[in-house]
Amino acid sequence: MSEAPLLAVENLSVAMGATPVLEDVSFQIAPGETLGLVGESGCGKSVTALSVMRLLPNPPGKFLGGRILFDGTDMLSLDIAALRAIRGDRIGMIFQEPMTSLNPVYTIGDQIGESLIVHRGMNGSAARTETAKLLDLVGIPAARNQLDRYPHELSGGQRQRVMIAIALACRPKLLIADEPTTALDVTVQAQILDLIGRLRVELGMAVLLITHDLGVVAEFCDRVAVMYAGRIVEEAPSAELFRNPRHRYTEALLHTMPAANPPGRKLPSISGTVPAPADRGAGCIFAARCRFAIPRCSTDLPPLTEPPHRLRCWNPA
Amino acid sequence: MSTLLEVTDVATYYAAQGATIRAVDGVSFTLAGGEVLGIVGESGCGKSTLGRTVLRLVEPTAGSIRFLGEDITKLDRRAMVRRRRNMQVVFQDPFGSLNPRHRVGEIVVEPLEVHGIGDARSREARVSELLALVGLPPDAAGRYPHEFSGGQRQRIAIARALVLEPKLLIADEPVSALDVSIQSQIINLLAELRVRLGLAMLFISHDLSVIRHVSDRIAVMYLGRIVEIASTSEIFDSPSHPYTQALLSAVPHTDPARRRERILLSGEMPDPAHPPSGCAFHTRCRHAMPRCSGGRPLLTSRPTQAGPREVACYLY
Amino acid sequence: MTTTTPAVTTAILPPRRLIARTLGTPGAVAGSIILVLLVFGALFASLLSPFDPNATRVCPRLAAPSLTNFFGCDLFGRDIFSRILHGAQLSLAVGLLTVAISLIAGTIIGMVIAFLGGRVDRIGVRMLDVMLGFPAIVLAILIVAVLGVGAFNAALAVGISGIPRIARVIRSATLTLVGREYVDSARAVGASQTRILRRHLLPNLWPIVIVLGSLDLGTAILSTATLSFLGLGAQPPTAEWGAMLSAGREFMRYAPWTMIFPGLALFLAVMSVNLVGDRLSHVLDPRASGHV
Repeated sequence: MSEAPLLAVENLSVAMGATPVLEDVSFQIAPGETLGLVGESGCGKSVTALSVMRLLPNPPGKFLGGRILFDGTDMLSLDIAALRAIRGDRIGMIFQEPMTSLNPVYTIGDQIGESLIVHRGMNGSAARTETAKLLDLVGIPAARNQLDRYPHELSGGQRQRVMIAIALACRPKLLIADEPTTALDVTVQAQILDLIGRLRVELGMAVLLITHDLGVVAEFCDRVAVMYAGRIVEEAPSAELFRNPRHRYTEALLHTMPAANPPGRKLPSISGTVPAPADRGAGCIFAARCRFAIPRCSTDLPPLTEPPHRLRCWNPA
Repeated sequence: MSTLLEVTDVATYYAAQGATIRAVDGVSFTLAGGEVLGIVGESGCGKSTLGRTVLRLVEPTAGSIRFLGEDITKLDRRAMVRRRRNMQVVFQDPFGSLNPRHRVGEIVVEPLEVHGIGDARSREARVSELLALVGLPPDAAGRYPHEFSGGQRQRIAIARALVLEPKLLIADEPVSALDVSIQSQIINLLAELRVRLGLAMLFISHDLSVIRHVSDRIAVMYLGRIVEIASTSEIFDSPSHPYTQALLSAVPHTDPARRRERILLSGEMPDPAHPPSGCAFHTRCRHAMPRCSGGRPLLTSRPTQAGPREVACYLY
Repeated sequence: MTTTTPAVTTAILPPRRLIARTLGTPGAVAGSIILVLLVFGALFASLLSPFDPNATRVCPRLAAPSLTNFFGCDLFGRDIFSRILHGAQLSLAVGLLTVAISLIAGTIIGMVIAFLGGRVDRIGVRMLDVMLGFPAIVLAILIVAVLGVGAFNAALAVGISGIPRIARVIRSATLTLVGREYVDSARAVGASQTRILRRHLLPNLWPIVIVLGSLDLGTAILSTATLSFLGLGAQPPTAEWGAMLSAGREFMRYAPWTMIFPGLALFLAVMSVNLVGDRLSHVLDPRASGHV
């Protein structure tokens, strides 16, 4: 990364009420780059996305420290008006559930056009023309007729296409996609990922992809950051990380996947569950479940090493 | 191995908003004792309805379901209750499938009560045995489902399903709601129990890698019908139906060596109330010929090294 | 992992914590205090009353409130305070009976038609809709006309007229429960229909039943009082608030206490029941209590 990063999250710590959910999270995304943020439920990947957009409900969400620099501006220092000017304009976002993310009482044309009217100051008919183009772009053909349809008239895949059209209406520099294909079938997922991938190149935007699906990350992202219990434990270029996982959690996660094992063979499983925040000691949070833990792991928190293969582990593979 | 379950031309139709939804439309397969048949397909393909129909939680519109040699579609309610001793189910949602007002002990013991098996003491012993079998602590019996994590709740559901020592377990997306690390624990548990108890399973899932891992044979469904059914190795090594090929190619892999050339399907799955004529897949198939929209191709069987393979496609 | 919010299930709260939570707002505390006083008054009416409620000429006719007759006297020289205490007994008893009738019948009907589904459900809902189309009080008057007047018959009438509303609510609640996988799971282990209704549906409907009952108690007290006011409920000389209001209305100008105190009693009873019921519905709603 020789270029100045488009997004730099530095030492971000966030709590929900009294519970820490993000601790010392740092990563960067260069312009046009795709970063995958992976981890299991509750690891803090969605909170990270919401924090970047400053969409974390407050209360209970609280920023405890760190900076979120987007194009050089600290998102945490901006007031509401300045944030609104960035959201939907320079940063677009799509969510997991395309049904609940669309407002059922407005047509899809209205919903896509809204952000053009708000951010670009377009009038109704100009917005409509541009909206039709956007629908074409996201692969909803015969766009003119589609503008007046309501979300419930569309399938799950089409609704996600509409969400993408909304997110891309103002040609953002950064797209944050939070589990964009989790609710979709695998063949539809392939269509949507293909679409996001093509649009990324066409529009030259960076993508922060949040998912629990390691396969999706491996195929889609330039770089991957693995999160566990609110911390980034490993980060590397995607090919490198999947060929040579070094953190014991990443390694265990990859080994436990059915696809990585011969059919019928017992899966190497990770014992136990993620400890509750109250039960976390001073050391590495994964230590209690780790087969390679050494005494030091439960007493000292390993630091995150330097790029290109960043790592938070005392006894890596 | 003897045939445990024989499903012949089963159809299940629903009436919804004035139209008839053909959720399952002429499905036939057999399952041997101790065998695991994976049923895979995307949402709306009818795989869950098929599972529920086999259990007669949903009544079939047509066809026969022979379980242990007897057509259970003809049985009255009382007779059906007795057969249920031998066929049990585990559902996807570990938060919805356990009654929140019952303690775990009550949940696991219920099948024994319903079938009047044993007395209070022997039932209690059996419950402890089952909780140990699925890897739950003995004090779990006195606690409520909401005190457990998703993976543990799925263990409770499995204990309940196995307390009667059924011959057939229908597992309807049993690991889909779980995280990867928990998923593998449950898959291992099911595999272990299968061997220990000689359990046959109908394993329904949309996740191809899970299906591949647990199944002896796999049936691929599209729009209410089986389009291909063969041994697991045959399906994965040489998928024959164009839909199976597209489905397999769509799965993202962490290992570059496992990736297939992606076949992107155009459009979406058609409305099951108005399925296309002929082969239901012809509207999205890259090999479609004029003939495909005419008559519907039937499942045709051919022998392979790993048992017969049946495919419903004119190309095959 | 996304967890679906159960619409009907609630966290299992031990009774002590339930009470502690119910008393969480000033309104609920005030309501509970009034309600406890009323229940206490009703239970010990005979001990607390200075006079026999039906004894005439214990004081001058229509005498104003005084230190001996706290709430004054009515036309026949009966002590209004004593009559109100005894009236509390009747009003609360009749209210509870009314609610019990609507709740038991309404819950059974709603649960069974939703569970059986299909044609039973379609016909059942149609019939409930027809009944709901009638104003409840008119329905009650019709029933009294058939059964004859009296406090018990009034309770029966109001209770019956409340059935369709309860049945509708319970039916929709049951429908969401019937779709739950644990109900399928019970069927899959071979549980009988009655077992599913009793062991799986009813326990999960309890919170709704309790809330409906507590919210309906106020209306029930008011409706039976209305029937008595119209002369269709409790008959003279029974001490009943509605009947007392009715008897007092001629003297509203020069002996307002004959109406004010029964009216006040009715108002306090209904208000306290509603305050407590409101809070209870809030506490028992899992989404509101944040205890899913």
